[in-house]
Amino acid sequence: MKAEKKPPAWPLEIYKVLKDAGIKQVAYVPDAGHAQLIKACHADKGIKAVCLTTEEEGVAMLSGAWLGGDRGVLLMQSSGAGNCINMLGMVAECRFPLLMILTMRGHWGEFNPWQVPMSQATVPALTAIGVAVQMVNQPGEAAETVAAAARLAFSTCRMVAVLISQRVVGSKQFK
Amino acid sequence: MKYRKPTLDRRRVVADILKQRGDALVMPGLGAPTWDCAAAGDNPLTFYSWGGMGGCAMMGLGLALAQPRRRVLVITGDGELLMGLGSLATIGVQKPRNLAVIVIDNEHYGETGMQPTHTRYGVDLTAMARAAGFRTAGTVHTPAQLKTWMPRFYRQPGPVFCSIKVTTEDAPLVLPARDGTAIKNRFREALLGFSEAHK
Repeated sequence: MKAEKKPPAWPLEIYKVLKDAGIKQVAYVPDAGHAQLIKACHADKGIKAVCLTTEEEGVAMLSGAWLGGDRGVLLMQSSGAGNCINMLGMVAECRFPLLMILTMRGHWGEFNPWQVPMSQATVPALTAIGVAVQMVNQPGEAAETVAAAARLAFSTCRMVAVLISQRVVGSKQFK
Repeated sequence: MKYRKPTLDRRRVVADILKQRGDALVMPGLGAPTWDCAAAGDNPLTFYSWGGMGGCAMMGLGLALAQPRRRVLVITGDGELLMGLGSLATIGVQKPRNLAVIVIDNEHYGETGMQPTHTRYGVDLTAMARAAGFRTAGTVHTPAQLKTWMPRFYRQPGPVFCSIKVTTEDAPLVLPARDGTAIKNRFREALLGFSEAHK
């Protein structure tokens, strides 16, 4: 993103949706696409924002959060999905609700070839372990999709991933 | 440094710790620590675990953040913690005052044929926890040391880390319930009340 460009509105729209959904714990491995949202969560005293060393830590952490009565969300980029798979098996067996928001890499206008394989595997891998996957292809869809995903996750005790397309996030520019 | 052979009995250690649990929330790791906790007496506020290897300490962190007024005890194995070493760093940064991570360290993978883990060859989990920012960290070899540590598990401001060196001696299998959803619901109902747990 060029410096003079206005920051997009959808990350803070997601933040508002998460607040309305009663989210108290936000676990994340950083992604540029989530930077604004992560900053907003850290600034919010009502949210415990926790940076992880790897994404499956967040899967376990939010399971513990639910045991204690807290709702949470896990933020990552699509390459993190592969790190989560076995831990998601535990979540599936215990019917923990789990809301995840993934920003896609390796997908739309990608420059880095090493991002492509996991990107291609993200939807099949998540689906195989039982996660409901919902796509966001336009910025205007982000908030309503996260709101719907949160309701599905916490009302039915299911794993739900919202995948935000690189068309929305913007491709990383190597220059 | 000369190798020090563990002498403590895991069942006895876990039973002694849990005798003082009061209203603490207990998160055992999969395998032997879960059998040890079951053997110490069933309790709805123990979340028996049959999977999710590497996630036990992080489940403890999520629970500790959600319940800051309750003590949370993670009781896991050396192999389980070694699979999620990054969680020591994450917990060390968060510094939850109500969390204690206890490793029942027999230096072996007990459920898969007693292959040695890295701790058998000197990998020092206590030093790692201390370097990661745990407020208190130590290794227990003897009954006297365990006695000294007992109040720290429950009252010392966390995060507290303790590796307790135990033998590989076989303990009789005591298997708790296996249905993850049932274990989860029972835990939440006991902690939050039925209607809050199923809102």
